[in-house]
Amino acid sequence: MEEKLIKTCLHDRHVKQGAQMSPFGGFDMPIQYVGITEEHNAVRHEVGVFDVSHMGEVRVKGPEAYKYVSHIFVNDVTGAPDGQIFYGMMCLENGGTVDDLLVYKVNDEEYFLVINAANIDKDVAWIMKNAEGFDVTVTNESDKYGEVAVQGPKAEETVEKVLGIPVKDIAFYNFKTFQIDGEEVIVSRTGYTGEDGFEIYGSHEYIIKVWDKLMEAGVQACGLGCRDTLRFEVGLPLYGDELSEEISPIEASLSMFVKLDKLEFIGKEALAKQKAEGVKRRIVGLELEGNAIPRHGYPVEVNGEVIGEITTGYRSISTGKSVAMAMVNKPYDKLGTEVEVRIRKKTFPAKVVKKRFYDKNYKK
Amino acid sequence: MSKVIEGLRYADSHEWVKVEGDIATVGITDYAQHALGDIVYVDMPEVGDEVSQGEEFGAVESVKAASDLISPVSGEVVEVNEALEDEPGLVNKDAFSAWIMKVKLSDASELDSLLEAAAYEKLCEE
Repeated sequence: MEEKLIKTCLHDRHVKQGAQMSPFGGFDMPIQYVGITEEHNAVRHEVGVFDVSHMGEVRVKGPEAYKYVSHIFVNDVTGAPDGQIFYGMMCLENGGTVDDLLVYKVNDEEYFLVINAANIDKDVAWIMKNAEGFDVTVTNESDKYGEVAVQGPKAEETVEKVLGIPVKDIAFYNFKTFQIDGEEVIVSRTGYTGEDGFEIYGSHEYIIKVWDKLMEAGVQACGLGCRDTLRFEVGLPLYGDELSEEISPIEASLSMFVKLDKLEFIGKEALAKQKAEGVKRRIVGLELEGNAIPRHGYPVEVNGEVIGEITTGYRSISTGKSVAMAMVNKPYDKLGTEVEVRIRKKTFPAKVVKKRFYDKNYKK
Repeated sequence: MSKVIEGLRYADSHEWVKVEGDIATVGITDYAQHALGDIVYVDMPEVGDEVSQGEEFGAVESVKAASDLISPVSGEVVEVNEALEDEPGLVNKDAFSAWIMKVKLSDASELDSLLEAAAYEKLCEE
């Protein structure tokens, strides 16, 4: 039986604008409007806007909110000022990744969690289950919020001028809550593109107004197609590709977000062991010789033996090179290691490189 | 609306064939290039390769994904369009002039199983 796809509050707009629609994480989402390359370049060089209303939002509130968030989150929010945001993961006891997420600190007794669309039901169940015994209330607010991401070097100017929201003073990975038209609107300096930009959360009605204003001002509408090429080029993981319940943050080469000096958190023991003893496999970057394009699932080989698999691959739009992220067995994860990628009937030589294929341009 | 050209033969996997003597020129249709989006790589066979009707002979890749190319005819590859190596986007510009391979037909009767322009146009509308 086919599951019915959920429509975001901007769905009508996408269809009217002629976007190519496709299922993603249980939602009917725009993949592209005019073309992935054009949309990608708009974000790298000018500004673009994404409908990211499919993302889930969960609010954790109560006297033990800090203690509880510390319990389920591998990063450390201790001592953070109100208004700061953290990227990190929720992990299983065995170190596998439940999801990667953003944690917005409203104050010590209130946190706002932003989770992946495909994982909303699973995450909410996980968050609720692990909240037992903590003095907190957990609310799934995913249906309440629409969200857009305005991304690119001209994002700040666009949000200030077109939307009239004063965001100049919001620092990287910080947010502010504004009262606009009698409602609360959350604006953070975050994104998933490697460029400066903002993510705006508000009621469905407000987000529709924001979208229409941006369209009127000529801002490029961007689909999930270029969202993936943009995040990939700067080495950001996508849950399902580089992270999963079978892939720990250590294996995903994201150990910088796992704070083992914290008193306790779910998965700490397993992750500490992985960090101390080393893991058997790890996500690396690959650069291919020639023009063939590595894709998710293609085998990575050494002397004809499969030693790994591509997790995401593209002809990089920004650099023109055929590059990939891949999960490879040790010791083939070392920089400069020569491997081969099997693409259909042939194999192509590739080299292990850093998984940042394009430099980030954050405004910090 | 996608362009369809009279006088060519079409496969339901969206390749076109132009026959001159015993040589068939093969490309992908305007409908296919449009559905694929920005084409960034065409994986072509090599001259001398044998291709078979209904079987994969290469791939055309958009930014997002790879799609197999299915040969509408059988025979030996006698030429490939080298211009596509440097400029795969030519397929987006004009799918009917950006041919992919030329095949020396081993069985011309196979052409009868391919669609005429009108039938192919109807298939695309469905």
